[in-house]
Amino acid sequence: MNIWATILVGLKEIWAHKFRSGLTMMGIILGVASLVGMSALVKGMENGMREAMQAIGGIEKVSVVQQELPPNQSHLSDQVVGITMSDVEALKKNATLTKLITPEMNLDRGGVVSRGKKIFRPWNISGTWPNALDMNVHKIEYGRMFNEIDDDLARNVCVIGTEVRDQLFGTFEETGKDIIPIGEEININGQLFTIIGMFTRYESEKQKKEREYQLANPSPERLGPERRTGWGRGGPGGFAFMLKNSTIYMPLNTMWLKFRASAGTNNIPDPTLSTLNIRISSVEELEAALQQARNVMMSTHFAMEDFTFRTQENWDENIRSQVNNYRWSGGIIAAISLIVGGIGIMNIMFASITERIREIGVRKAVGATTFAIFIQILIESIVVSIIGGILGVFVSYGLVELLKILIPTDNEPVITLWAVVVSFCFSVLVGLMAGIQPAIKAAKLDPIEALRYD
Amino acid sequence: MALVELENVFKIYQVGDEEIRALDDVSLKIESGEFISIIGPSGSGKSTLMHLLGCLDTPTRGKITLDGIEIQNASSVELAAIRNRKIGFVFQSFNLLPKLNVAQNVEVPMIYAGVSAKERKERTMEALKKVDLENRAKHRPMQLSGGQQQRVAIARALINQPRIIFADEPTGNLDTITGDNILNLFRELSHQGSTIVLVTHNPEIAAVTPRRIEIRDGKISFSEDDRLAGTSLNK
Repeated sequence: MNIWATILVGLKEIWAHKFRSGLTMMGIILGVASLVGMSALVKGMENGMREAMQAIGGIEKVSVVQQELPPNQSHLSDQVVGITMSDVEALKKNATLTKLITPEMNLDRGGVVSRGKKIFRPWNISGTWPNALDMNVHKIEYGRMFNEIDDDLARNVCVIGTEVRDQLFGTFEETGKDIIPIGEEININGQLFTIIGMFTRYESEKQKKEREYQLANPSPERLGPERRTGWGRGGPGGFAFMLKNSTIYMPLNTMWLKFRASAGTNNIPDPTLSTLNIRISSVEELEAALQQARNVMMSTHFAMEDFTFRTQENWDENIRSQVNNYRWSGGIIAAISLIVGGIGIMNIMFASITERIREIGVRKAVGATTFAIFIQILIESIVVSIIGGILGVFVSYGLVELLKILIPTDNEPVITLWAVVVSFCFSVLVGLMAGIQPAIKAAKLDPIEALRYD
Repeated sequence: MALVELENVFKIYQVGDEEIRALDDVSLKIESGEFISIIGPSGSGKSTLMHLLGCLDTPTRGKITLDGIEIQNASSVELAAIRNRKIGFVFQSFNLLPKLNVAQNVEVPMIYAGVSAKERKERTMEALKKVDLENRAKHRPMQLSGGQQQRVAIARALINQPRIIFADEPTGNLDTITGDNILNLFRELSHQGSTIVLVTHNPEIAAVTPRRIEIRDGKISFSEDDRLAGTSLNK
């Protein structure tokens, strides 16, 4: 029995009942479209959540932070030294599973920057190494990062985020031009610093689009009093980007010599690092790398466990479980609609074979086996679902476009190849399942009875 | 050896407590190349006999041999293959597939026989030429007259070069003139060497065949062979 001939017969049968087949396919089309659309929405959501996580350094970044001594060591609390540069040196030499080590010293109680009459309190003023660029996923848009020489000479140079620029020099919207403040001087806690570089503007895809849209279509003059609209710009993850933009980096030695060595209320130098970030080579080695770093630091801290590791694992885990929840709940609902489509196919196949009892009788009389009839009906059902599935994939692209217009989400829905393939295969499977029962019924018909049927 | 041989064949249906003997101890031989008609009123068992001969059904008891193959114990797959390769059917109501055109209808048995597309096409045109319908190949059955439709059905029956052709009231739905044409076609085919079994209730139609068998109440009640006229074998 020729399979192509059978498919051709199936196609002809479908074509002969265009309207009926179309209605039947509609169930499959909508089922596939909703499955793909749903997955696209979840994917978009996941992308948004991951974007924010990547912005703060991704899952490979681990922070070593100071903590209280555990209760069984609390009698040693007057001997703790905190996280210092000796930890950095030790980790650099011995912690082979860490790829990157970046010490950071922050200004105590924040810090104030000023220029002329303008004053701003950035979220983060850090003295650090040039490799902080890699560690915290920063990108220099203008100028340069400070280098080892700047660090050795403890030069008063700094690299700023765009939010700092906006606050001290004016935003693009206010001044009408993108000010590049390289070479300008600003005042950080009373000391003059030269800006040698500026980061790129960090923002989510959504924020970027909004900004570009507003640039192209300036909003009309605001009527009435100014209103603060709060911090929550750009939905989930937007906050992380805002903080990242509000950053000033200077060389570690500059921070140490100009602020820390003589700072403090009683002029006792404070050599502790505010943060020590390490980046491990791969997530698979996370456990081992943390254990290794812990071993190294336990020896530099004389077995006093006054530090702990803060990973993004929980965040990642959260994203994963949330996405899974959405995917399953949405997926099951969409799958049900696809199964309803399958029931439609089954219904129509029953109707179709009842109409064609005589044809089946004739085919059997001229030599069709039970199996050939079974396959013929099954293939018709599968062909309906394949056509429906293909159309459904096309419709899903339209559906996603429609969703973008109707429900402006923070994150654009993204159709993945995987979702398309899975939905399509599922629709074919549904067609197959729906065809089995009618096919068995048709195949079992007695040729004599079938030939006599009117 | 006979092409078809029935030995003490019974076909018994159980309806409630009642036993209906549709065929009651029938023995029959059909030689290759014969043109034979089976006559009988409705309910006589002639259709049952044709179904058994045509491998659409199997007997309750007895032995049926077709072209050397015993079919009483054959599986449904084997029966389908026999119907496909060795038997051609012509029905009273033509039984063409309405959604296929003439050529495609003729092609159907070859599809199940696994003939290649190229050969199918050649053989289809050949068969349509035989029944004088080669210029109607692309027509739908509904666009043809009854006689033409029956000729398509005959072409379909002939297409796999079967050993035997069964025609069940082939003229039943046709007017007399067209019916005669169809009968002439059968006669022609018989002259060319085909084995043809004509099932009918009409003695006039049966008269065209040299050999006639009458079935009544599931038994062969009468058998006549013009070729044996005047010999003691013709009873």
